[in-house]
Amino acid sequence: MASIRRRKPVEPSNTSVQKEEEEDEEEEDHSKNEHRRKSDKKSKPKWSCVDNCCWMVGYICVTWWTLLFLYNVMPASLPLYVTEVITGPLPDSPGVKLRKEGLKAKHPVVFVPGIVTAGLELWEGHQCADGLFRKRLWGGTFGEVYKRPLCWVEHMSLDNETGLDPPGIRVRPVCGLVAADYFAPGYFVWAVLIANLARIGYEEKTMYMASYDWRLSFQNTEVRDQTLSRIKSNIELMVEANGGNKAVIIPHSMGVLYFLHFMKWVEAPAPMGAGGGPDWCAKHIKAVVNIGGPFLGVPKAVAGLFSAEARDIAVARAIAPGVLNNGFQTLQHMMRMSRTWDSTMSMIPKGGDTIWGDLDWSPEEGYSPMKRKQRNTDTQKASQDDPETEISQTKRANYGRIISFGRDVAEALSSDIERIDFRDAVKGQSVANTSCRDVWTEYHDMGYGGIKAVAEYKVYTAESMIDLLRFVAPKMMERGSAHFSYGIADYLDDPKYQHYKYWSNPLETKLPNAPEMEIFSLYGVGVPTERAYVYKLSPSAECTIPFQIDTSADEHDEDSCLKGGVYSVDGDETVPVLSSGFMCAKGWRGKTRFNPSGSRTYIREYAHSPPANFLEGRGTQSGAHVDIMGNFALIEDVMRVAAGATGEELGGEIKFIQIYLSGLRRSTYNCDCKW
Amino acid sequence: MASILRFRKLCYVEPVKFQFFQPQNFDKKEETVATKAKTSLENNEKRNKRQPKERSCVNSCCCVIGYMCTTWWLLLVLYHCLPAAFPGFQVPESPGTRLKREGLRALHPVVLVPGIVTGGLELWEGKPCAEGLFRKRLWGGSFTEVLKRPLCLLEHLALHNETGLDPPGIRLRAVSGLVAADYFAPGYFVWAVLIENLAKIGYEGKNMHMAAYDWRLSFQNTEIRDQTLSRLKSQIELMYVTNGYKKVVVVPHSMGVIYFLHFLKWVETPPPMGGGGGPGWCAKHIKSIMNIGPVFLGVPKAVSNLFSAEAKDMASIRAMDPGVLDSEILRLQALEHVMRVTRTWDSIASLLPKGGETVWGNLDWSPEEGYACDLSKKRYLQASAGDKDTNGSDVKMDFHVKESNKYGRIISFGKETLQLPSSQLPSVDTKEFLGTRTNRNTNSSCGGEVWTEYDEMCRETIRKIAENKPYTARTALDLLRFVAPKMMQRVDSHLSYGIADNLDDPKYTRYKHWSNPLETKLPDAPDIEIYCSYGVGIPTERSYVYKLSPNDRCKSIPFRIDSSVDGDEDSCLSGGVHLTDGDETVPVISAGFMCAKGWRGRTRFNPSGIATFIREYRHKPPASLLEGRGLESGAHVDIMGNFALIEDVLRVAAGATGAEIGGDRVHSDIFRMSDRINLRL
Repeated sequence: MASIRRRKPVEPSNTSVQKEEEEDEEEEDHSKNEHRRKSDKKSKPKWSCVDNCCWMVGYICVTWWTLLFLYNVMPASLPLYVTEVITGPLPDSPGVKLRKEGLKAKHPVVFVPGIVTAGLELWEGHQCADGLFRKRLWGGTFGEVYKRPLCWVEHMSLDNETGLDPPGIRVRPVCGLVAADYFAPGYFVWAVLIANLARIGYEEKTMYMASYDWRLSFQNTEVRDQTLSRIKSNIELMVEANGGNKAVIIPHSMGVLYFLHFMKWVEAPAPMGAGGGPDWCAKHIKAVVNIGGPFLGVPKAVAGLFSAEARDIAVARAIAPGVLNNGFQTLQHMMRMSRTWDSTMSMIPKGGDTIWGDLDWSPEEGYSPMKRKQRNTDTQKASQDDPETEISQTKRANYGRIISFGRDVAEALSSDIERIDFRDAVKGQSVANTSCRDVWTEYHDMGYGGIKAVAEYKVYTAESMIDLLRFVAPKMMERGSAHFSYGIADYLDDPKYQHYKYWSNPLETKLPNAPEMEIFSLYGVGVPTERAYVYKLSPSAECTIPFQIDTSADEHDEDSCLKGGVYSVDGDETVPVLSSGFMCAKGWRGKTRFNPSGSRTYIREYAHSPPANFLEGRGTQSGAHVDIMGNFALIEDVMRVAAGATGEELGGEIKFIQIYLSGLRRSTYNCDCKW
Repeated sequence: MASILRFRKLCYVEPVKFQFFQPQNFDKKEETVATKAKTSLENNEKRNKRQPKERSCVNSCCCVIGYMCTTWWLLLVLYHCLPAAFPGFQVPESPGTRLKREGLRALHPVVLVPGIVTGGLELWEGKPCAEGLFRKRLWGGSFTEVLKRPLCLLEHLALHNETGLDPPGIRLRAVSGLVAADYFAPGYFVWAVLIENLAKIGYEGKNMHMAAYDWRLSFQNTEIRDQTLSRLKSQIELMYVTNGYKKVVVVPHSMGVIYFLHFLKWVETPPPMGGGGGPGWCAKHIKSIMNIGPVFLGVPKAVSNLFSAEAKDMASIRAMDPGVLDSEILRLQALEHVMRVTRTWDSIASLLPKGGETVWGNLDWSPEEGYACDLSKKRYLQASAGDKDTNGSDVKMDFHVKESNKYGRIISFGKETLQLPSSQLPSVDTKEFLGTRTNRNTNSSCGGEVWTEYDEMCRETIRKIAENKPYTARTALDLLRFVAPKMMQRVDSHLSYGIADNLDDPKYTRYKHWSNPLETKLPDAPDIEIYCSYGVGIPTERSYVYKLSPNDRCKSIPFRIDSSVDGDEDSCLSGGVHLTDGDETVPVISAGFMCAKGWRGRTRFNPSGIATFIREYRHKPPASLLEGRGLESGAHVDIMGNFALIEDVLRVAAGATGAEIGGDRVHSDIFRMSDRINLRL
């Protein structure tokens, strides 16, 4: 009733007043009512609009507050209760379960966060970042991205030549567990694991988050922030303070490579390393529990660097989705920013054609497409023969061709492809420099000739792709090649391999001399993961990035691995199984030249099963790259290791996709490397 | 402005509407019955009123709320649109910016040691009532949980009554990192301003470390439970190495001062008890110690706090929930709860006055004798704040205004006791107390669990305590031992309050003496510089007048400060508390004595002759509301935002020595007071 009366006055007054007057004459009975209405109208036409608005706002506010109040009053266990009613009793969290079993905190635990997930905060900035001192620029709410995007990009970028801070800007990693427990509010990274570890008695003195500035190259974190020294000192302290119990290291994602680098650094002699002596790792580390480790890089990194288009590395794109490509040149900004980050280059596929396959061959050959695959895992895990039979049916996908221009090229036989070498192509001078605002990417220096030459080479494998990146982004790759290397060592004792640029490449370093140290590789499987791309030349001219993923390249066949210009394989959505599993499955298995002391390696795979309903959040059985940190099975494994179990006691290995892995084995057997 | 107009519009519109109604109703009703016009009018008015009332009640409420919300949002938007620097108010340039322009750069790594109460505590394991608070701050931060579930919070904050460690099933740990104590509560800075200024000249996470510790524990227990001291040692060593072998500047605040004193001894002591750093550790790693608001010799506040949970500042819990305090209707007994909790904290006992009657004065004498009262002083400050020249003379002028305060009597019962000369007082024999204690009060009416140890005492004993005489610093300790035997037993194994006769006595190697500057030697490190930086010019609690609590209720505290006792206008006595000069928490004598006399030159407490400097900062209240907590404040915590202090810290961190920043800087008569203290050096 009330609302009707209020709304009436909104009607256009001119006509209604006239009508009302007519009615007035005709109907005497309702005159009183009408009078009032009229009087209402006469007195209030000006404020009705504002008033109504405010009245609405008032209602909304009151409702909101009431709900908020109710929510606060509601006992904390109610949502849990609701969930239990709907889905049946939840399983105990691993922490509770293992505590009942009597597990206690034993080994100190070190977390090494990956790329992107750790927070960065501002310590010194330009004028535009006033008031943001010690506020998070990366991680947290990302409020500033919306408020002053350009300023934000400016502060997140590093110096293009040194790969260190630009003058006048200091952005530093957040330290402590808060650095990476939640990436954004509600989006956990390490928080679940931390909470579960706390259940069995862990606390800050036995847990350490080795946060580092993930934008820098690994050695530069030591040069600028002494992060590696800090980690060393902290591990030593924790081992000593916990009665000599060695540390369990839990790196995630890029942290895996970072820690690989650390292990070499800590034993290397002083000027370049820490001089910890040849048995530092043996003395201080019990196990390295790698979660979702991109040991051999990820193809996504290529797409990210080449055209800023990979899904996950450019998370920032997802954060500012609205402004994408609408004149703000977000992608170019993104590209300019991410190209100043050396760390992205640490994830370029390593091992070249030997690992990632050449024009005709790839280790994933015969991988059955994910749709069928998922259905398999969903329905019956036991039917392991299925994929084998399917191999013959499906068309071979040439995963080895990481970038191909045009779908026909991607599928053609290698003998049919005409390629023109791009390496000597002349880079034309670009006219675009003036018209393209201040956005700088190195594409502007390439000119049309260079771009054309790139496209005419047609197909790039893991090896030629590195040449391609050198061609399109010479400055970045020059910086990067001082810090990273992507090859396979022929002779590991060659003195050149003492340089730090090899330390993060597992194929060019030996593991430390620590036979008792265990290496685990824990990763999710069963999620389609980017592996190779179909590119096209970008239609629009000067100012944009000249290459784009050809999203129209789609196999209509349901079984296909090709979707939206991306060939997918099995993996955890970011890292293909090949990259995360190979080293533990073969490269380091037993005593190899990469693992001279014979450290034990274990593979633990976790089949992805998506959350059953909305209430489960990101799922307790997820296998996705980041969500796996909330996977109960994984958490349980990690906790058992932390509480003192060995790999054998965990039950050795679990492999959900044994067929495929054996396929991997078979294919790696074909690799012509000397083990 | 717009909003006000709109409000006015709303107010105006309503009456206009009613005026409209009335004449029309008149017309209609006049036709029918003229005589009943009046009554019908009233009826109509009633009806008319009722109908609008139906909507006016809910609707206009919503309307008003809507207006308020809209206005609020508008203001918020405006506020965000405004440039950061408001044109009307010129913020003085921060010392960091200025010194950066002067060319100062980060040189020595800096270690910040927070004091009591200001450090945050977070929950790692708790009882069911604290569900969902995992790794949330129970102490510090927004304190929302205090309001939501106060009893649960108190239960978690309390320590075990006998061990002084965690109670079973509860793990509350110190927050680590700079966030531990940069802000105590949102908007209430502690270290944040200093950190920001340090950052301006190039400091960052790698060369600035917050040595957060669980401030509830006794100092040695932080090492036993959390290995906090080992951690600090390792951090200092790490920073020393990674910053190019530059020694560390340590900046402790409040209780952090004696915590760090403890650390200095601990780190050089051999392993089972200490850190095993060897005798040269401090000399090698530490450049200077800039104590801010140091509580070297304790604070009298700690006595009253432990005795009756009544000190102003220490029990900031009380300030947190002021409404429920002492409300007998709700029977919440907040004070008793607070007392029960605080008595489990060993650290508060570390703040009890040290040095006994030698330092704090006896029944007749006290070092502050002749201190000009702060009331008059305040007036003076307000009158002529600017000229410093007349400063000293003015203080002297006030000398003979009144008879000396009996500051030495830290606790006295009744005003009369205060006035009596010592000869008329019964002599204190604390042994006698301890004898009488045996007869337990088996008061059945109180039943249930025993909350405070007062419940175990019988009324008679309590009366006896009160009938007795005043208590000095020494006898106050005995009093505490009597009223809280369990607590003091625990505390006595961790802390000591005396003065050493012979420092080489092997008993002084025990850790309980380490935090008492009068029972330890400073490390053998002649190059270290020790600063005592503190505010002066604020009346500070020094001694108390008590009375028996009129309340005979169960589980109540039988003593309370007699706030009715007030001196004449010039007196330092107000509200039952004797005030003296200081920074609102720490009296000058406690903060300055060691630097002014105890360690000055080569003394037995300072065998290697470490240089000491006194830096006093005269309190000046903020001139306007916009200044917040003041740029020249001298108050215990607010001094962390004092620009002069910050500048000193920055200069020292950037490499200056004590002589270069101007040596001693004295406003109070600390030297005269120290001279009066008869301590063999």
